[in-house]
Amino acid sequence: MAAVKTCIVIPACNEEGRLGVVLDAIRAQGIGADVIVVDDGSHDATRGEALARGATVLSHPFNLGYGSALHTGYLYARRHGYDRVVQMDADGQHDPVSIPDLLRALDAGADVVIGSRYRHPDPPATTLTRRLGSRFFAWIVTAWTGVPITDPTSGFQGLSRSALQEVAKDGFPEDYPDADVIIAHHLAGLRLAEVPVRMHPRLGGVSMHRGGRIAFYAYKMLLTLCLLRVRRRAPFRRGSEIPVPHAP
Amino acid sequence: MLQQREATRPFLSEAMSTRQQWVAIALAVVMTIWVLELVRRRKLREELAVVWFATALALLALAVNHDLLDWFRDLIGAAQGTSALFFGAIVFLMLLSLQFSIRLTKLAFQNKALAQRMVLLEEELQRARAQAGSSDPPSRPGSPPPPAA
Repeated sequence: MAAVKTCIVIPACNEEGRLGVVLDAIRAQGIGADVIVVDDGSHDATRGEALARGATVLSHPFNLGYGSALHTGYLYARRHGYDRVVQMDADGQHDPVSIPDLLRALDAGADVVIGSRYRHPDPPATTLTRRLGSRFFAWIVTAWTGVPITDPTSGFQGLSRSALQEVAKDGFPEDYPDADVIIAHHLAGLRLAEVPVRMHPRLGGVSMHRGGRIAFYAYKMLLTLCLLRVRRRAPFRRGSEIPVPHAP
Repeated sequence: MLQQREATRPFLSEAMSTRQQWVAIALAVVMTIWVLELVRRRKLREELAVVWFATALALLALAVNHDLLDWFRDLIGAAQGTSALFFGAIVFLMLLSLQFSIRLTKLAFQNKALAQRMVLLEEELQRARAQAGSSDPPSRPGSPPPPAA
């Protein structure tokens, strides 16, 4: 039986000083997965920090957004035949100690495993706005999918090969892939699961969810959810092929 | 109601004053020449020039043919011909903005797809170079060089 190929996709934009800590922590876990860092147009030493630790680095020529960085990682994973993908943030919020929990859930038959900070006995402190927003979208996702989801905004996830095939298609959100993507997974027939994960306050940098962006996030997510069932996937080309169709 | 409507009729015979008429005609002519020049310099694509030619033509037709302008004015319920022209211009600009927004969306999509494809191919090139034993130059200007093996 062939070994299961696993990779860890980490989108990173200007995460110098934090990415290295995350990569060291992953290495300490001894998971045996390849690490793919998608440098989303950083202006600092993010790329060098990742290369120095032996990660494969995919550097966007300019900033394409968090979702697009993830998408690039998915395309790479598809192209190189990975069976399982774990995605996590580069700012130190996601503790690699929980990666084995995500992988176990994938091995147990789930296609998409969401790492929930709220299921963990020691959840990190979050702002009231974030907590309320998260609960609201958690309620929508749970009602829609029938699977109890408590942390739809978590970027700490595990994906099976089937899920990878779905997310690599056109139409993956460029900025906030959260509740809409989870529901899209459900509509595509993928099996969802949620496991507790350990999260920490970010080591530094700025959050995607801040200031006026929170209002835009809520608007964008609600609009996307309203149109989820009727929206075309690939409006600008036939089919929904990945940009690099021929795997080596 | 009819009487009220008739009260505005004096404008019917002169939906636009002669001066307004000449200004509109001049504008249409200048717009046509300008668009032609932009196409000649390849600063405007032919398919987008069609929209501006059509605009100039519509402006010219409304300026020259009072009956057409009166018909349009009655159609939208405007009191004066100039108001009808302004209304038409605003609607046109709105539609044009929407069209540009759609084009921007498409360009952003294509831009993203191109960048992703470039990144994936670049990684393969570097991998192939490394396997061939050659040096691995930085992928883009300003990026730090990879550490020595």
